[in-house]
Amino acid sequence: MRVRTILTSAVAALAAAALACAAASAIAAPDRPDPVADAKAFQNFFTRKFPKVKYEDFVNGPYSMNEDLHRQWEEKEQFPPYEFALEAGKEMFATPFKNGKTYADCFPNKGNGIRQNYPYFDEKEGKVVTLELALNRCREANGEAPYSYVKDEMAALTAYMAFTSRGNKMDIKIPDDPRALEAYENGKRYFYTRRGQLNFSCATCHVQSPGERIRAEILAPALGIMNAMPIYRSEWSSMGTTSRRFMTCNSQTRAVPLEPQSDEYRDVEYFLSYVANGLPISGPGARP
Amino acid sequence: MASTIRVRATANGDTTEVQALIQHPMDSGFVKDAQGQIIPPHFIQQLTFEHNGKAVFLANWGAAVSKDPYVKFSFKGAGKGDDLKISWVDNKGASDTTTAKIQ
Repeated sequence: MRVRTILTSAVAALAAAALACAAASAIAAPDRPDPVADAKAFQNFFTRKFPKVKYEDFVNGPYSMNEDLHRQWEEKEQFPPYEFALEAGKEMFATPFKNGKTYADCFPNKGNGIRQNYPYFDEKEGKVVTLELALNRCREANGEAPYSYVKDEMAALTAYMAFTSRGNKMDIKIPDDPRALEAYENGKRYFYTRRGQLNFSCATCHVQSPGERIRAEILAPALGIMNAMPIYRSEWSSMGTTSRRFMTCNSQTRAVPLEPQSDEYRDVEYFLSYVANGLPISGPGARP
Repeated sequence: MASTIRVRATANGDTTEVQALIQHPMDSGFVKDAQGQIIPPHFIQQLTFEHNGKAVFLANWGAAVSKDPYVKFSFKGAGKGDDLKISWVDNKGASDTTTAKIQ
């Protein structure tokens, strides 16, 4: 009887201690977003999953996952299919607007070698600004009609801007602003949320299954996937921007694509670019 | 306007390897546009590579060749510095010609 009382009280004391403990740890480690730790975990996940892949090679998407494909691509790169777009982009970039100003006037360093800083968080606007968005704003500020966000002119311009930044390391900053952290978290949430009739999240293909085949294609790893944008896709027989890629990803999982440059797309681009910090820009890319 | 033809020809001993990329819509005539109207056929019918006035590669193309076609082949008998003339003619009578130096 006595033993039992002691035991009961001991159990009660233990339970109380455990409760106190749980409460303490809840205070010590609240569920705060930690992008630095996220990026590290994200990168570690891929390097552990693919120990043979050279780290910088992740930016080459499916080619990093398959040797045969890599060889074919190396040959293709001697005569890349994005060459026409690149040349058009270079010309467009240098051509002045009707008011005499050029794209170079809208960007730091005259628009050369700056791809790695996009998207950035604009503290005045309180939102993420992508390169595509910045280009169209530049056009509108100079009295020109904006371009479509998905292909053609926009893809040619971003192709040229990526080309002048090749090899520069992705350098996305999250300023000390709760809205920036929220944008990052929102992008992360979008990336990991399942949607569409097929109930896929972005991560289902690009985190869980890179290197696996989806029909004839080989899935690209999510790490560094933004570094190669914009891309020439043989499937499209044309160039496409990040917006185009997101929209096709959505429709391929039978989800309803969002409007190009909607807040969610901007945020998910912010998230994906941030976790690829330190990886070189390789765009414009060519993909099957 | 810039040429629609990109060429790279490299001589390696007796053999010259040629790569070319041509900008052309290559519409088959079986595709509809967003308004449901047939996009009329528009494709390259003949592609020629000439070395010293002699055709070294001749292609009779049709609707089945994809947009912005890429060609790669090699031939014997040319040396570094020789000229290679490339030309195409499409079904609407349009054409383009360019000359490249073999490297």
